[in-house]
Amino acid sequence: MSSVAFVLLAILTLAAALAAATLQKLMHATLSFAVTLVGIAALFFLLGAEFVGLVLVFVYIGAVAVLIVFTILLTRRDVGKDRGANWNGALLAIAVFGGLTWAILKTQSVAIVGSHIRVIPVKRIGEALMTSYVWPLLCMGLLLTAALIGALVLVMEEKRNE
Amino acid sequence: MINDSIDGFLHRNVSKFADQVFVNVKHWLLSWLTAAPGWVVQIASSLINIFALLAIFLSLFALMSVLERKILGRIQNRYGPNRVGPFGLLQPMADGIKMLIKEDIVPARADKLVHFLAPILIAAAAILALGVIPYGRNMTPFTIDGGILFFFAVGSTTELAVFMAGWGSNNKFSMLGAMRAIAQMISYELPLIITVLPVVMVVGSLTPDRIVAAQTGYTFGLVPRWFVFTPWGATAFILFFVSGLVESNRTPFDVPEGESEIVAGHMTEYSGFKYATFFMAEYLGMFAITGLAATLFLGGWHSPVSALEFIPSYVWFFAKLGALLFVYVWLRGTLPRTRIDQIMNFAWKFMLPMSFTCVIAAAVWHYAGRGLRGWLWSLFVIVVVYTILSMLLDTQRKFAPRVYRFAE
Repeated sequence: MSSVAFVLLAILTLAAALAAATLQKLMHATLSFAVTLVGIAALFFLLGAEFVGLVLVFVYIGAVAVLIVFTILLTRRDVGKDRGANWNGALLAIAVFGGLTWAILKTQSVAIVGSHIRVIPVKRIGEALMTSYVWPLLCMGLLLTAALIGALVLVMEEKRNE
Repeated sequence: MINDSIDGFLHRNVSKFADQVFVNVKHWLLSWLTAAPGWVVQIASSLINIFALLAIFLSLFALMSVLERKILGRIQNRYGPNRVGPFGLLQPMADGIKMLIKEDIVPARADKLVHFLAPILIAAAAILALGVIPYGRNMTPFTIDGGILFFFAVGSTTELAVFMAGWGSNNKFSMLGAMRAIAQMISYELPLIITVLPVVMVVGSLTPDRIVAAQTGYTFGLVPRWFVFTPWGATAFILFFVSGLVESNRTPFDVPEGESEIVAGHMTEYSGFKYATFFMAEYLGMFAITGLAATLFLGGWHSPVSALEFIPSYVWFFAKLGALLFVYVWLRGTLPRTRIDQIMNFAWKFMLPMSFTCVIAAAVWHYAGRGLRGWLWSLFVIVVVYTILSMLLDTQRKFAPRVYRFAE
């Protein structure tokens, strides 16, 4: 059953990714991108990594997709206009794909075929974040706070000199 | 004496039977499938859960839509719907038939597919969120390890759905309404989630069942151990409730569909059954958020008095849900609509600092021993921060004539 589910999800994800890359209207591409992310989250669920899947939905659909949508709306006047093919982008995508494939195939340290799936509870992830990875976590927090303050500074109303 | 004990035995068994009757019915239905392979049973079990969930909440939606109008009528000194059926109780049927036979109008320049998908997505998100709430003892439709996280992850897709409705309609009012809705939903998502954090911290789990289980029992055999009876819990509950009000776009925070300004916001170009779907999604979202509030702070399906524990657990849950929904309607009948800048200021300057204070107060409560001492210390923290915040935000002296920057 899980292999059937995997094939279905993979088809959905790949089709949505293809749509995101080829659809003529920018907004349609964004929405297809969101569907791709749902597919990836579902794949994580299938692997028993519920937490990662949920965070993916939460962050990427709840925040990043909305951010992209806002960016498009606020920066472009021709939202509804068709876009042409971007050959540089295609080249870059092929380069990234090739690099990733090469890296994955060369990897020796991690077994590519897992023996069995072990579900890690959320509690374990939290403990790991708060003990072994507490410094990276704090650095991330500091960085995000700095970004927040920076955003505030950017939008602060300038006092007019009378 | 013997009579008494038999009576007590019967009493206990009857109440236990009533408590578990729905669970037993489900087991009985599944017992027909003992010969079938495991995955068939799993799918059948999920389908039963989904069917029960939809049946209960869609009927609750019908009931709520008429009750809300009745209560609003009572508040405004008029009758409310009273023509269809006894006391107007069949009004939802009439509304449903009217919505179904109405013409479905799609604007010529609209993005047909996006326009069509938006109401479906928004309703699906609301229904999914309902799936992880424990409605009674052993009555959680879907137990997920990170149930609370699932609730918010699903809820966050609503923003994209609202945007799809606004953009797909190709209408300026729709787009403005969607922008307002997304802006206020994103702003209030922060306090909504941060006020859940203290509960998760104190319980040590993201599973709704564990959170309900942590609120079992009574202090001094009298006051239930619900989180709302701790200072941090009470503050978090109020903040959560207000944020929930914003998330479900209800008065006084219903600027996204302010009739006097932008027709009906992102729902302007929807008619007939698609509009009804939006309406339904709004109510289902409201049920989900109040249900989560009851689960997190009001002890879920636990009874408030130990003497009343014989009443089935789901009755208690729906009683709490009903009480919270009544407050929603009451607020709608009482408060005027706020301005968008007031909503935003309130979110970032008051709600956010207060919800962080709740996290700290919960930590203080935990480290001071969870007893009376912790209670007083956490109260102290909240009172100090509240006083300082209200002094800082005091705008009494700073009232200036309103400045119109874009419309002179």
